[in-house]
Amino acid sequence: MEPCRLSAKDLACRRGERLLFTGLSLELGAGQALHVTGPNGTGKSSLIRIVAGLLRPFAGHVEHSGSMGLLDERLALDEHLPLGKALRFWEQVDSCSDPAMSLATMQIEDLLEVPVRYLSTGQRKRAAIARLLNGGRNIWLLDEPFNGLDTQACEALEALLALHCGGGGIALVASHQSFTMDGVKTLHLPEFEA
Amino acid sequence: MSTLGALLKRDLAAFLPGSTRGNSLLPLLFFLAVAMLYPFAIGPDAELLAATGGGVIWVAALLAAILPLDRLLAPDVENGFFDQWALRGIAEEMVVAVRLLAHWLSFGPFIILAAFPASALVGIDNETLHTVLLGLLAGTPGLAAIGIIIASVTVGLKGNAALSGLLTIPLAVPLLIFGAGSLSSGGEGGIALTGAISLVLVAIAPFAGGAAIRAAREG
Repeated sequence: MEPCRLSAKDLACRRGERLLFTGLSLELGAGQALHVTGPNGTGKSSLIRIVAGLLRPFAGHVEHSGSMGLLDERLALDEHLPLGKALRFWEQVDSCSDPAMSLATMQIEDLLEVPVRYLSTGQRKRAAIARLLNGGRNIWLLDEPFNGLDTQACEALEALLALHCGGGGIALVASHQSFTMDGVKTLHLPEFEA
Repeated sequence: MSTLGALLKRDLAAFLPGSTRGNSLLPLLFFLAVAMLYPFAIGPDAELLAATGGGVIWVAALLAAILPLDRLLAPDVENGFFDQWALRGIAEEMVVAVRLLAHWLSFGPFIILAAFPASALVGIDNETLHTVLLGLLAGTPGLAAIGIIIASVTVGLKGNAALSGLLTIPLAVPLLIFGAGSLSSGGEGGIALTGAISLVLVAIAPFAGGAAIRAAREG
């Protein structure tokens, strides 16, 4: 597998009449992580969606090699189904052969029979992280991944991030919360405000 | 291939009657309810009923096809399913094509079956029933395609249920003219035209739907 890479040049993002940021460039190679910080409304989520290719940038372009996985506030799990069944759909789509590991890591094995709509905020987040893990993607795009997680789950996610980048993956984490990780770079979005 | 299978399985589980989402029997019951109410409204004039009954079955089929529109695509867009598919390189067109098949399977065959009891309720004869059945077979895929197109166009709108119903009706007029029109002309010409319109609609629906969902993402 060729090493994954993520680069963006001179990105600008416009939402409605407002230019959120401009002249933003980033360059991430295998094993690197970037923490995007900034107050609400500075464009953290928009940046993630632009990098994911879901939103067209107002200017600039994004290049990447390697598969991308997205984790945002939207769960993409069927609310009326038991969690196990809802996750199984993505396991089939991602051809994941061993989902048990990630379920154990996120401690959601006991919740598999519970319909998704009855899960708490933190439990939903953990399920979404399990889906991300099962996807086996090279480039992780995480939008506020620590929201709603308890201390223990936060530490688990930090460990997962370290493991992911240690294995040659890339992580782009947009979060107003700080987290500990060796070698993580920080990008403060307000510095690119127009 | 496994992706297609997984998509179709999920869609069928969500839309077929008796599925976990619960209200999937409604279009069928609605269809029968219209057929049942019609004789009450018109009165016991057997001749009049037999003359107009076939057309009523068509209108009932159209209304039944409109019912599930608001939950056809919008929930999956809101829940981020389409974003996740896009990141995996699964084209919106493919998802929409699979959804179109599942949507038709969820009401088409059942409405064709329900046309038997409905024909008894409105009192049409066997020959007319034959024309109605063939017409529904040719027309319901088109109704499903119109439904998918409208559902994808209204995907980002709040309270889209009423609006999508309203938008569907004018688009369905050609199907209704030729489909129900085949009853009075007694003929294959109308059914063939209904089938042709259906085929065109089915062919463009995945592309129109895919484009509409991508456009809604930019908003």
